[in-house]
Amino acid sequence: MNKKYDKLGSDVFNKVEKINSELFTLTYGALVTQLIKDYEDIEQVNIKLEQMGYNIGIRLIEEFLAKSGIGRCTDFTETAEVIAKVGFKMFLGVTCQVTDWDTEKKEFHLIIDDNPLSDFVELPDHLKHKLYYSNILCGVIRGALEMVQMKVKCTFVKCSLSDDNTCSIKVVLEEVLSDLVPVGYD
Amino acid sequence: MIYSLYILNKAGTLIYQNDYGPTEKLSHNAYIRLGSTFHSLHAIASNLSPAGSSSGIELIETETFKLQCFQTHTGTKFYIIADPNHPNLDETLQSIYELYTDYVLKNPFYEIEMSIRCDLFDYKLQRLLGD
Repeated sequence: MNKKYDKLGSDVFNKVEKINSELFTLTYGALVTQLIKDYEDIEQVNIKLEQMGYNIGIRLIEEFLAKSGIGRCTDFTETAEVIAKVGFKMFLGVTCQVTDWDTEKKEFHLIIDDNPLSDFVELPDHLKHKLYYSNILCGVIRGALEMVQMKVKCTFVKCSLSDDNTCSIKVVLEEVLSDLVPVGYD
Repeated sequence: MIYSLYILNKAGTLIYQNDYGPTEKLSHNAYIRLGSTFHSLHAIASNLSPAGSSSGIELIETETFKLQCFQTHTGTKFYIIADPNHPNLDETLQSIYELYTDYVLKNPFYEIEMSIRCDLFDYKLQRLLGD
């Protein structure tokens, strides 16, 4: 299954339009620092980033479906693979690993080895373990999955900028919104 | 020849309608009614299916036109009404879906689920569907 999505991910990545990654990282950096200036409270910044991500996610899912041609996933493990190998590849140019499944297969960790958002970034000591610099990604995943009728909770467990060396996002499936599934899909 | 394009949001409300061929113009409310009617028929057809889960209406053929519908995984419906001999409506609908993701959803001033007023989308559709 992994191989199939690896290939699909790179096929779609080759097809979509690219932008300069430095412009992208610098723009994101400017946005985060501006939020810190505006809110002062770091917890508020984390929340705002997540909300912005959510608003991106609910739009981006349609482009993802239109350009990848992926159908409905049979279970949540497949969804996780698709996010890690196709979703991340298509929009950020990197893939991540899916690990740490719980026994009910409702909870997993996404390990992002090479997070393009945090290139060039060094967190000052007073922000370490408080600011989740790439928290926007949690929002994007939540928004995108909500549009395909999965309610999830996404949280950062480790951030490579707070000297943990790895970037890890926990995704928990809370419920499948089955009454919102469009007619004709089960 | 493509006659018309309709886009319905997941609640079944018409969010876009345009004509590309010689069709009779109706009132704005009539288009909204047609859209909701199709949405309901689609749901009824799917529930009536004798063979378990059904995709709902995908194609309606008549002597004078055909209607083809495409529903995305998020529940948005696109349907076009075209000449009965028009080939490859599947591909056309897929292209329209891609235009929608690019020129509607990426417009930060477009509010999702609301009716679509994006000039660039109109222009791209005209190039795709008009002669």
